[in-house]
Amino acid sequence: MQSTRRIWFVGILVLGLVWIGVSADRLGESTNGLIPAPQKGFLAPDFSLQTPDGISITLSDLRGQAVIVNLWATWCPPCRAEMPTLQKLYEEYKDQGLVVLAVNSTAQDDPQAIAPFVAEYGLTFPILLDTKNEVGRAYQLRSLPSSFFIGRDGVIREVVIGGPMAEALLRTRIEEILK
Amino acid sequence: MIELFRNLFTPPRHIILLAGALWIGLTLSEKRAARHKVNGQALNDLVFYALMAFVAGGRILFAVAHLEAFAKSPLSLFALNPDLFDPLGGLTAAFITALVYGQRKGLAFWPTLDALTPFFATVMVGLGAAHLASGDAFGKETSLPWGIELHGAVRHPSQIYEVAAALFILNLIGLRKPFPAAGAQFLAFVAWTAGASLFLEAFRGDSTLVFGGLRLGQIFAWIVLAAALVGLERLQSRLTVSKQA
Repeated sequence: MQSTRRIWFVGILVLGLVWIGVSADRLGESTNGLIPAPQKGFLAPDFSLQTPDGISITLSDLRGQAVIVNLWATWCPPCRAEMPTLQKLYEEYKDQGLVVLAVNSTAQDDPQAIAPFVAEYGLTFPILLDTKNEVGRAYQLRSLPSSFFIGRDGVIREVVIGGPMAEALLRTRIEEILK
Repeated sequence: MIELFRNLFTPPRHIILLAGALWIGLTLSEKRAARHKVNGQALNDLVFYALMAFVAGGRILFAVAHLEAFAKSPLSLFALNPDLFDPLGGLTAAFITALVYGQRKGLAFWPTLDALTPFFATVMVGLGAAHLASGDAFGKETSLPWGIELHGAVRHPSQIYEVAAALFILNLIGLRKPFPAAGAQFLAFVAWTAGASLFLEAFRGDSTLVFGGLRLGQIFAWIVLAAALVGLERLQSRLTVSKQA
């Protein structure tokens, strides 16, 4: 009985080893790859949007810089709460290559409220208008605010859904994407 | 259907699934504690203190690892962001707390782990459901008819495999009557869970690869499986000897 059990256990372990060998990923199919998806480890979906002044900004043009894509709306209290911290840390890290793209979810916001909002918080990073909800769809926006931390290689390193983000959280994530 | 589920429990709401699993698991364990000759209330308290230690320990160890960031904004230590958390640190704090509390209350080691097996098994179901909601632990690409559209490709529904395996193990081991040897139920749960993980990791699309393509998760699962089987063998041998005596 005891020896039968031992044979079973050894058999299971040998089978396990065989399975590890058989299912090894030599083709790289288990890596996240460079498919664009709004998920950690994936290439950030590209977009081109305009600022209220009509200047067009394309995400892929910023390759080589660390980028935070922050989706927000003027009526969203946590978005309001985290803006001063976002502005403060943008000022602190922009010389090291940090870019903040504040994508206003204009499709569900009042366009007239954007300029007073920007003035109220003294925001100096680019504000982009997602009038057709293209970025909202591409980034599967389910909750405001949503922030995507994108490394210099264009790959999403971290996603923070909801807010407001604490200063320490923002700082640790920024330092990771600046590496 | 899956999209509806994912929308309902989109992060950070996916934590609700884990919290629900913790509550159901603890209720199951508490109800079955007497069968293992363990005090249900003491078991409940042990899990409560361990959870407290998990939350506090995870946050404190995250802060220790990022001292500079927290020194510039100390109030962040109390922020509600679940991302300011070190899961490994939390687990270590919970384990130490449970060990200390268990010793102080005189809870026998193996019977307590056996009594907690339904809890652990239910948490594994909740973890799989939370993965499905958040899109983590996703599968590799497939052309199989049951593949799901996720992260820009049709993929193995690895999170559904995870939930199915966890439910199977919960039913097979977690909800069974006590095994003859103390500790055997817990070790059987560990062995089955490690075995399932070893098998299912092959369908994951986010494996960490080592040594030219071997999946680190499988190697870790194999080591855990081996340790659990050795433990089971020893317990069974001891039981056989005591029966013969």
